[in-house]
Amino acid sequence: MDLKWNEFIITGDPLILGAQISILLGGIAVVAALTYFKKWSWLWKEWLTSVDHKKLGIMYILSALLMLFRGGIDGLMIRTQLAKPGMEFLDPQHYNEVFSTHGVIMILFMAMPFLIGLINYIVPLQIGARDVAFPYLNNLSFWTFFVGMALFNISFIIGGSPDAGWTGYTPLATNEFSPGPGQNYYLLAIQIAGIGTLMTGINFFVTILKMRTKGMTLMKMSMFTWTSLITMLIIIFAFPVLTVALAMQTFDRLFGSVLFTLQGDGNPMLWVNLFWVWGHPEVYIVILPAFGIFSEIISTFARKQLFAYKAMVVSIVTISVLSFLVWVHHFFTMGNSAEANSFFSITTMAISIPTGVKIFNWLFTMYRGRITFTTPMLWSLAFIPNFVIGGVTGVMLAMAAADYQYHNTYFLVSHFHYVLISGTVFACFAGLIYWYPKMFGHKLNEKIGKWAFWIFVIGFNVCFFPQYFLGLDGMPRRISTYLPEDGWTGLNMISTIGAFMMGLAFLIFVYNIYYSWRYSPREKTGDAWGLGRNLEWATTSSIPPHYNFAVLPEVTGLDPYWDMKEKGLDQQKNTDYKPIHMPSNSSTPAIMSALMGMAAFGLVFQWYWVGIVGAVGIFITMIVRSFDYNDGYYVSVEEIKETEAKANK
Amino acid sequence: MSQQTKKGHFPWKHIIGFLISIALTLVAFATALWTDWSSTTIFIIILIFAVIQAALQLVMFMHMTEGEDGGLISGNTLFGFFIAIVIIVGTYWLMTSGHMHMGMSM
Repeated sequence: MDLKWNEFIITGDPLILGAQISILLGGIAVVAALTYFKKWSWLWKEWLTSVDHKKLGIMYILSALLMLFRGGIDGLMIRTQLAKPGMEFLDPQHYNEVFSTHGVIMILFMAMPFLIGLINYIVPLQIGARDVAFPYLNNLSFWTFFVGMALFNISFIIGGSPDAGWTGYTPLATNEFSPGPGQNYYLLAIQIAGIGTLMTGINFFVTILKMRTKGMTLMKMSMFTWTSLITMLIIIFAFPVLTVALAMQTFDRLFGSVLFTLQGDGNPMLWVNLFWVWGHPEVYIVILPAFGIFSEIISTFARKQLFAYKAMVVSIVTISVLSFLVWVHHFFTMGNSAEANSFFSITTMAISIPTGVKIFNWLFTMYRGRITFTTPMLWSLAFIPNFVIGGVTGVMLAMAAADYQYHNTYFLVSHFHYVLISGTVFACFAGLIYWYPKMFGHKLNEKIGKWAFWIFVIGFNVCFFPQYFLGLDGMPRRISTYLPEDGWTGLNMISTIGAFMMGLAFLIFVYNIYYSWRYSPREKTGDAWGLGRNLEWATTSSIPPHYNFAVLPEVTGLDPYWDMKEKGLDQQKNTDYKPIHMPSNSSTPAIMSALMGMAAFGLVFQWYWVGIVGAVGIFITMIVRSFDYNDGYYVSVEEIKETEAKANK
Repeated sequence: MSQQTKKGHFPWKHIIGFLISIALTLVAFATALWTDWSSTTIFIIILIFAVIQAALQLVMFMHMTEGEDGGLISGNTLFGFFIAIVIIVGTYWLMTSGHMHMGMSM
């Protein structure tokens, strides 16, 4: 690929120039601050090389919040461009890039890491474990995700962003119609991050199956752990499909194969098919943990055991099977046979049944409960009606014949924002606020949190509800502008106002993090809300010590911590300490992932020597790792006593 | 290690598995050598015997169903096969039916 330097670094767009300058200044500020406060070694030793699931969880969540900001800015740019007919805020090319990156970032670099971050932090605590099954792999998962994310994000200042939609459909995404490095960034960045996700899937699947504490049978696990287990199962079976499909398209673009092209015997529709074979299970990967979070919160603040726990388990297991049987509903109009469309139409309607079961479970959990209206509970309550709106429109879209009318319109856009925002994003906020004292030792301010909640939820409905009507009015998605005669102006304007309300709510949420860090009272016990039901609340201090439990708890029933409190048992009274075996930190994952980033960056621009050097480097780090005989260290009984004594003060 | 060998019983399971494996191999061999069926038919028959034999090996010799995780491993393996079949059959069905296939050189 022959690029001039001014094509390599994107120039000439004032918005991108602004971003470049702010990234440069931000980078200099971070480096300067770390150097001034002499924090480099602290950052490297305590965080970046850490194998502690809690620290990795926090790093995932911080990255996800950063990406929520970036993806949110993309969303606001889209809405600004569409506020009025004939706006000249973004040119069509830039608009295509913005909606493509908005989709990829929100799904793969925001929703997934946010949920994986919460799972990382909470699941080992809930099953009474000291860490995950493969702590080294956990750090490597984080770094591959991070490098994939970084690679994807530099595309808009170096070389140009992908512009073929978040689905990267061929033939549009082939070299013929999308020349340049943009689509290569998409393929390689998602490839690297996807490998990390697959490793997370294996890691947590094994962790949940093999590392549960004494007495915790599968049917005594918390609902969040259950949904995480099933999510990991879906990841293990769905992500390989993505890996292969991405590799095939990469071969098409870099090495001239003709798998998805229009020339030769290529079949562009095969990409669409393979993308959604992964893509539909992916939807459940981001919604199931969200269901788990809501189950935890609703049961905690209604002070009741989750209604029909077994029915809930059966319905998520059913979803894990059905989620692989519905993918065609994403391309009903591609020209499938009537039999195929009918089959997938029926399976799609069938999958709404287990989801409907859950809605009733949550409602009956609250029925006759003594509900406390805390911020996480408010997010969970708002989820139910909003998600039902998204679900009902989903069943409308599931009817293949009717879908010919809805497809590719704003009706669809509104549907998936309703399910993904009120499902996943509400759950991320709810989960973060609920477990915030567990992570940082203090709660987020409730008053500011409620402001953020109301502005966000109202803004969300103002933004997306009108889009159903825009869709029924025939407004297609992915258009950069429209005419006044189309009659879409008013609703679009309302929608844009709603989008900016959500942006404001996000800023208030971030301000709340700062405000609470300064002023919130520090928690003195492990059970910050006083209503905790599962083992994550059974730790001595609000932030668990790095070994989590001085003595591993024993489980006798569902909601084990609640059970202990009812029986008057005190986990902390057990001082029969023994030395604890913990894994050592490692610096190879960060280096290995950086080399992956280097190799991928070389491939993006088809500088094969960079790619080869990076690939050789990856193998060298793997060899170095193979000769690493460090199998962890022991925490002495004295150290445990000291830590526990400090925690109880 | 299975329960039977631990107690010192005769390893019937292994013997039976071994005999069935030999029988399956011989039948497949005979089909290929001494029948005049079309090569497609022979191929399908051999394939079926191969799948049966693979399952036999996993259960009889590799103790897939035994131990505390036996059910789990078997369940996950079956689920894996199920997903693989769904993806392959589904994709083939979609790519060869409807008006999709008209533009293809298949």
